[in-house]
Amino acid sequence: MFALLKREISLSVRAGGGALTGVLFFLAVVSVFPFAVGPDTKLLSHLAPAILWIGALLASLLGLDRLFAQEREDGSLDILVMQPHPLPLTIFVKACAHWLMTGLPLVMATPLFGIMLNLSPLGIGATMITLLAGTPAISFIGVVGAAVSVKLPRGGMLISILVLPLVIPILIFGVAAITGALEDPAPFTAPFLFVCAITLFTSVLGPLAASIMLRHSAD
Amino acid sequence: MTTETLKPSIWAFANPTRFMGFANKAIPVLATITLGLLAIGLWMSFNAPEDYQQGYTVLIMFIHVPAAWLAMMSYSVMCFSAIGTIVWRHPLADVSLRSAAPLGAMFTILALATGSLWGKPMWGTWWEWDARMTSVLVLLIIYLGLIALSKAFEEPSEAALPLAVMTLTGAPLLPIIKFSVDWWNTLHQPASVSRFERPAMSAEFLYPLLIMAIAYMAIFFTLHLMAMRNEILARRIRTLKMQAARKPAKGDA
Repeated sequence: MFALLKREISLSVRAGGGALTGVLFFLAVVSVFPFAVGPDTKLLSHLAPAILWIGALLASLLGLDRLFAQEREDGSLDILVMQPHPLPLTIFVKACAHWLMTGLPLVMATPLFGIMLNLSPLGIGATMITLLAGTPAISFIGVVGAAVSVKLPRGGMLISILVLPLVIPILIFGVAAITGALEDPAPFTAPFLFVCAITLFTSVLGPLAASIMLRHSAD
Repeated sequence: MTTETLKPSIWAFANPTRFMGFANKAIPVLATITLGLLAIGLWMSFNAPEDYQQGYTVLIMFIHVPAAWLAMMSYSVMCFSAIGTIVWRHPLADVSLRSAAPLGAMFTILALATGSLWGKPMWGTWWEWDARMTSVLVLLIIYLGLIALSKAFEEPSEAALPLAVMTLTGAPLLPIIKFSVDWWNTLHQPASVSRFERPAMSAEFLYPLLIMAIAYMAIFFTLHLMAMRNEILARRIRTLKMQAARKPAKGDA
């Protein structure tokens, strides 16, 4: 399992694997917003949590379509399916690797973008924590989308359409938690715990659903 | 022998010819029931009294509420079909899932459109990002995504499992839609019919509403059976075309 994790990470770090593309995309999305809504710092700092979350959401969807498709092309997917380890566990590891390569860099980059958007230190901290807790869920739901469209020749757009509506709850609770941290009457803990719950929930069910799909497409 | 005739299992319909026989008989009956119920329901709706607050716009309710119920029921039917595909690999389950998706999308659009028309005079807005409306909009996007997924595969049978898995992945949305009015206290009013106590609605509104709801269900099942029949016929045509295309190649060899 560790070998698989290592393989996934080294694959995405080396030779145009696209580990940094996600962060670059994140930067691009975030910097587009001030152009669209105008460089009003007050408005921007109000919108900042939402902008950061949407940027992270879109960036996490980037590499999903290649998650299984590439391995299906070179045949290594069959080997993964036929391993003695339970297949959901293998997929779980793959999802973790996807998160380490797309989700985690985004969390790391959040303070920088938060300062650019005039977000308060408390807001930056809240955004980082909610992103840290919430972005794994995007990867775990994403593997279902990736597994479903593994046989499609051009599945990239379709995955986004299928996965985006399913990750909306994470976005709602994530942004609600940040608002709760910044404004007094709204609670922080309750929505934050919801984000954690969704992540834990999807970490079990996502790989399971994907494994049903992959077992079928292997034969 | 007798047990077989006594218990018509759903496997009997795994044979498409038998299902077609059933559908051919059932569709005219269901269609008649649908038209009758719709006529009664519409007549009762138009004879319902004016609401003391909402005036005549309350009549929109008789179209809007059953459409919203059916939008959710269609998804439930799709979820059951998805379980049928994943667990039993029942050949009709996939046909049923595929045929229900456009119907569900239509009911969702109807619910959103009539809700918007009703919201303008009552709430003073066409659209509000309220919990109920937003969750129903998400349901519509999921329907459209599933339809897109069902069309994306070259071989229809290959789409069966992906569709089923994706349908079940979206299933948690149904309770969210149902309870969205209780969890987030925003614009849309909470449920006034399906409650454990007595419905909070007077009988002269409730009965036409329930008859309209049954009529909508009859519409759904009629159209669903028709769509399933069409899907099976379309697959037969496809198979025949494939066979016809293969024949000259065999003749050459």
